[in-house]
Amino acid sequence: MTRESGMIYALCFVLFMVGLYCVVVKKNLVKIVLGLAIMEYAVNLFLILIGYRKDGIAPIIDGATDAKTFAAASVDPLPQALVLTSIVIGLGVLTLMVALCIRLYERYGTFDITQIRRLRG
Amino acid sequence: MFELIFLLLIFCIIGALVAVETRDLLSAIIALGAVGFGLSIIFLLLKAPDIAITQIVVEILCLVVLIRATISRDLTTISGDREFFGMIATVVLLFVAFLFGLEVLRELPQFGAPLFTKAPGAVTNVYLTEGLAKTGAANIVTAILLDFRAYDTLGEATVLFTSILGAMAILRIRSRKKVRD
Repeated sequence: MTRESGMIYALCFVLFMVGLYCVVVKKNLVKIVLGLAIMEYAVNLFLILIGYRKDGIAPIIDGATDAKTFAAASVDPLPQALVLTSIVIGLGVLTLMVALCIRLYERYGTFDITQIRRLRG
Repeated sequence: MFELIFLLLIFCIIGALVAVETRDLLSAIIALGAVGFGLSIIFLLLKAPDIAITQIVVEILCLVVLIRATISRDLTTISGDREFFGMIATVVLLFVAFLFGLEVLRELPQFGAPLFTKAPGAVTNVYLTEGLAKTGAANIVTAILLDFRAYDTLGEATVLFTSILGAMAILRIRSRKKVRD
């Protein structure tokens, strides 16, 4: 593994760790949601990085090239298709979390997770 | 190329740190938006234009949803993090996890040489060579999404609708009032 590629994966991992730190340490509910969003970004970026080919082209065929030469030059389209799904599902999950945050704020009047302790029906 | 991706990644990490550490919730959310848009430029450099477009759209929607959650609720600034020693222990543990993760990264394929180039039987090769002839879609990503793996996309739509249903069930007010009366 060259230094370049090790560095780029490591930076992506650092981004993930920043999100994990935010989730573990912060007391504010909205901050925890932000941390989860950062972790999701890092994972999506990592999957795209895995599929990248050096000096590759985007996986879109124009009429002039034939299939063999295209397959020898294109980046991996499979992670891209799955990450597309993952990004959209991330939006749905974020919406659900924000709805929970709004409801908790209305009930308790704060975003502080140490204050949200009473269990009521 | 590499240098540009490095710079943008460092920009993203700084934006994430600002989003984590700033006191004001609205500035934290806007910093998260900066991370998302930086990421979308990285996707464009990594030759993934579909992902870049989706990332921009989803990022804008995320910002709108998050700002809806925090607008006019920002008066309660929460002071301090967890206790000091607990935080130190957390940071040390995260650092140890990071070191172990770096060891795992060593086993990954090189950046710029994905696995499907070495495995001739990989399914990606079939998608790339026969995608246009089989599906008629010039964009292989959409060919995978809507033809080869259409059930995945159906499942994605199901998850999306379920999460929206959940959010609506949580946010609706009418039935709660009836129970209280």
